[in-house]
Amino acid sequence: MSEPILELRGINKSFGAVHVLHDVDFTVRAGEVTALVGDNGAGKSTLVKCIAGIHPTDSGEVLFDGRQVSIHGPKDAADLGIEVVYQDLALCDNLDIVQNMFLGRERGKAGVLDEADMEQAARRTLASLSVRTVKSVRTPVAALSGGQRQTVAIAKAVLWDSKVVLLDEPTAALGVAQTRQVLDLVRRLAEQGLGVVLISHNMNDVFEVADRIACLYLGRMAAELPTKDVSHSQVVELITAGRSGDLGIARPDMAAV
Amino acid sequence: MTTAKQSVVDTPEEGDDPSRPAAWQRLRSANTLWIGLVLLALCVVFGALRPEAFLTLFTAQTLLIEASVLLVLAVGMTFVIITAGIDLSVGSVLVFAGVVGAKTMEALSPGGDATDAGWGVIAAGLVVSLLGGGAWGLVNGLLIARARIPALIVTLGSFGAALGAAQLITDGVDVRTVPSALANTLGSGTSLGVVPNLVLLAVAVTVLGDLVLRTTRFGRHTYAIGSNAEAARRAGIAVTRHLVLVYLLVGLLAGLAGFMSLAYFRTTTISGHSTDNLNAIAAVVLGGTSLFGGLGSVLGTVIGVFIPAVLTKGFVILHVQAFWQPIAVSVVLVAAVWFDQVRRRARNRS
Repeated sequence: MSEPILELRGINKSFGAVHVLHDVDFTVRAGEVTALVGDNGAGKSTLVKCIAGIHPTDSGEVLFDGRQVSIHGPKDAADLGIEVVYQDLALCDNLDIVQNMFLGRERGKAGVLDEADMEQAARRTLASLSVRTVKSVRTPVAALSGGQRQTVAIAKAVLWDSKVVLLDEPTAALGVAQTRQVLDLVRRLAEQGLGVVLISHNMNDVFEVADRIACLYLGRMAAELPTKDVSHSQVVELITAGRSGDLGIARPDMAAV
Repeated sequence: MTTAKQSVVDTPEEGDDPSRPAAWQRLRSANTLWIGLVLLALCVVFGALRPEAFLTLFTAQTLLIEASVLLVLAVGMTFVIITAGIDLSVGSVLVFAGVVGAKTMEALSPGGDATDAGWGVIAAGLVVSLLGGGAWGLVNGLLIARARIPALIVTLGSFGAALGAAQLITDGVDVRTVPSALANTLGSGTSLGVVPNLVLLAVAVTVLGDLVLRTTRFGRHTYAIGSNAEAARRAGIAVTRHLVLVYLLVGLLAGLAGFMSLAYFRTTTISGHSTDNLNAIAAVVLGGTSLFGGLGSVLGTVIGVFIPAVLTKGFVILHVQAFWQPIAVSVVLVAAVWFDQVRRRARNRS
């Protein structure tokens, strides 16, 4: 088993009176796909946004490569090599693939863009991920299909020597063939040595690509297990009830009230 | 140019890319090409009907001079509209900047008469005009980007406030003593024998604006924010700061336009700019810049500025009543936007 690249310990996060994350521990390992599952409102997206620096955490510590770090904004996360691919992709429709991939980190001297350099780097990255579905890297994102957009968003995330990539429901809106492509891509990212976090509602996807499964239940980490040690139905029980046999939270909130 | 060659892997039929280096491909984007053809057609028609009056050096010079001030405003407006914003205050800010510039030059001259003022005084007037314009731009930007008040409301407010402030400063009476040195050089002077200086300045601003928009990080971020502000924020772009800078830029350009107007008219023309904002917006939209943000070019804006200007000139020369001009411009404007949307829908279906 590889070393943890990103480790969260005792993360708490509240929005006003709503306590969204309770003492969450979460580990991401290099070269592995960790699936983050949980029902709607379990806190998956909030956890991702805390890691990405979009939401500040209330308490808890974050270790990156064994060092304690503090992430105060998207830039801090990006500097560490943590990239997030959001559910809504957050691409600029009017800009082309290269422009989107380099958005916020354009190359060039004294504010003047170096288009040729960026275009080559974009093409190299797409080639390294064996992406063949995109015809021209100068196509505006508005003209791409859902799967191609997802590909661009993921390629954007790995362009930066990233160490950890978090994917928020990358297959949610995709057809069968496109889902296939994206899952292959996810697997390839892990094979390249990245720590990959896959958020998904789709158990088939999770069991197909994930090495480990982390299950959130009402803002608590119910279980974090190797995929081979759990069954499909156990994971579903963990998602819906927070426990399954001797797995999961010992005394769920419901019982205490 | 290498990028253009490499980029065409196997789909040479791509339009709508704001950053393509080739001018032809940029022209093809949005409706810039079509609106350019409309402009060309207008020139040909007027030229054919009255060649002896329309195709003259004098007509060309006055046409360009009269469009210069609006062009400077419209270049700034292009940036604002590409961020999916709007600035209704440019005309009033122009007046305000002209007034504070003129008042400063008067105050620095003996007897309050700036007609014989030297270049030191003129430079001071220019700086104050720019500061005056920039200050309104900064206020607009902070209210829009930081306080998150809709741009339409903020700039509607500064539209009234800037004009009111200009009238307070002058008691509503135009400042009439403008340095002759300024009026004779920037206002009515020419370089290289035939090119009016006012036009040279407007061209410099336009070229600079075009370069900034197309080839710099600042320009790229402008498109990104207009296209998807949330995506830009997540990509680490300081969206708030950028928006403040864009409104500051349009304020500064309005300040410069105010100074240019001062030099040209030799007075502050307080009541003469109430529709400048709409003219600038119309020019930008005519030029193919989308009011929804993310799309547009300075080149298109240049064409958009000249369509109303050419129409006005042509109607005057053909002795058509001048009141037809706004009607014709409005028809072209609405038709251009409609045509653009039809094309876009057709493309999205395919």
